[in-house]
Amino acid sequence: MVRYIANKFFYMLVSLFILISATFFLMKAIPGDPFTSEKKVPDQIRERLYEQYGFDKPVYQQYLKYLGDVVQGDFGISMKKINREVSDIITGSFAPSLKLGLVAIVVAVIIGVSFGVLAALYHRRLLDNITMVLAVLGIAVPSFVIATLLQYVFASKLHWLPTMGFKGPLYYFLPVAALSAQPIAFIARLTRSSMLEVLHADYIKTAKAKGLNWIAILFRHVIRNGIMPVVTYLGPMTANIVTGSVVIEQIFGIGGIGKQFVDAISGRDYPVIMGITIFYGVLLMIARFITDIAYVFVDPRIKLSKGKEG
Amino acid sequence: MDSNQVQVMNSPVDLKPEDFKKIGADEKQAEVIQRESISALRDAWQRLCANKLAMTALWVLGFIVVASILGPFISEWVHGYDYYSNDLLATNESPSATHWFGTDDLGRDMFVRTWMGARISLFVGLVAACIDLIIGVIYGGTMGFFGGRIDEIMNKFSEILYSIPYLLVTILLLVVLEPSLGTIILALTITGWINMSWIVRGEIMQLKNREFVLASRSMGAGSGRLLFRHLLPNAVGPIIVTVTLSVPNAIFAEAFLSFLGLGVQAPVASLGSMINDALTGWLYYPWRMLFPATVISLTMLAFNIFGDGLRDALDPKLKK
Repeated sequence: MVRYIANKFFYMLVSLFILISATFFLMKAIPGDPFTSEKKVPDQIRERLYEQYGFDKPVYQQYLKYLGDVVQGDFGISMKKINREVSDIITGSFAPSLKLGLVAIVVAVIIGVSFGVLAALYHRRLLDNITMVLAVLGIAVPSFVIATLLQYVFASKLHWLPTMGFKGPLYYFLPVAALSAQPIAFIARLTRSSMLEVLHADYIKTAKAKGLNWIAILFRHVIRNGIMPVVTYLGPMTANIVTGSVVIEQIFGIGGIGKQFVDAISGRDYPVIMGITIFYGVLLMIARFITDIAYVFVDPRIKLSKGKEG
Repeated sequence: MDSNQVQVMNSPVDLKPEDFKKIGADEKQAEVIQRESISALRDAWQRLCANKLAMTALWVLGFIVVASILGPFISEWVHGYDYYSNDLLATNESPSATHWFGTDDLGRDMFVRTWMGARISLFVGLVAACIDLIIGVIYGGTMGFFGGRIDEIMNKFSEILYSIPYLLVTILLLVVLEPSLGTIILALTITGWINMSWIVRGEIMQLKNREFVLASRSMGAGSGRLLFRHLLPNAVGPIIVTVTLSVPNAIFAEAFLSFLGLGVQAPVASLGSMINDALTGWLYYPWRMLFPATVISLTMLAFNIFGDGLRDALDPKLKK
């Protein structure tokens, strides 16, 4: 068990190291440097700038310094926003993204699981069919299409909800709906199929034979076992919501980290792109790590088989 | 059987006892295959044909492919608009008899552009899926077939690569390389093949211990023959399903990159970049969003449904 966790942790560190190195060398591969601007800078000032940013040193020294800085959470200074630290930009815009993402995850899990449970309980009946049609739609229709559609219907035509911005509870509805649509669909499908399996399991028959009432069986045995696969989806879901939020923030004009990312990419603000990439990378890898660990804790059957592998 | 019983059965033909003759158990006859033998793929195809939803999806896909090939020409023949021609006096027009899907902010015909966009999106999706297929099969086949140390090292490598978030690598690459069709496909496939390689690996590992492989090996078949004549053809089901389901993923990824301005660059347009262009002021000109969005959603929907249908047809055991 400890070995399994250590193994996963080691993988996470290696991948993280590769991601950071890849970002560094890819950015170095771009011709020119941050001070290649239209305005001609006197050579002395240029040298001074190089010295200040460490560009006069060999690449491997710059690389080691960058690694050291990143470990300390220092991603350098933005090239477009004068004197603003990248880590500042990240922490400054993280709050709305975090709120949006967390609400979306909670909503996705609650609604997805309840849809899946209902679909399984009403297997092959109307409710099941409706849920599964919705699930296929949710998986196939891209989140930005859902977002614009919601915006058009509920904000522009019906005027029930605000179109843009992120100022109060009402502003959460549309972005959260758009962001969680796909995870809801996935979770509903996962829950349904595993619920169907559990419903036919022997221990459910045993529970019924013992004379347990149906509600107790449902909550104590069926759902607890049925939502197991949802845990495995935790990592992919975080990735889904993080990437989704990049687009959703753009559509709903939310000044979160995703919007900073888009702005940085369109403005070719390399330190910010690197910083946010690494930040996202860390976030997603931690989510995957937690998923791997949670998986083993939740389902003891997996622990045994995985433990043998090492 | 005597005539009395024949009467009871109300047979229209009047049968007499002498019409019947006794036949002994003939071993040769018992072994003869009575029905036409059906290969596994034809069996799957018949099962697929019975699945109405999957067939509808296949028709929708066929329609989208044909429309993306012919659509741009239709508008050119009927109205004389091609991909680049713009009419600055007719910008942001709603759909009409001349502009079936309306026009965009530069007065370009949306009908032509939507189908051209579909062509680009499909192209990106299909080519990316094919490259994933080739690399995935070779890599996964090697891992599964040789096993042991080779498998361990190659698997560790792909696991590490896989744990780096896919879209981040893609974005980074495209920031550095200038976005063009080639670089986009490169960026999409750089880690996209891993999933395929794992599926191939799993299949091969299961298959390689089966009797027919042992039989072939004992008759002197080499590694290449075993892999390409025996193992891969038997793993073709899951491979096809994975390809079908990876096409919409690539299409979505391209659309997502377009959102960041890292997709195909103007004047070329994909469905994703058209949706992105339409985003400014789309509440006033909804058709600019509606048509590309509908086509991309239908494409992804059809690929997903067809892929699911394919999975059920190729492996009926999996059906739930």
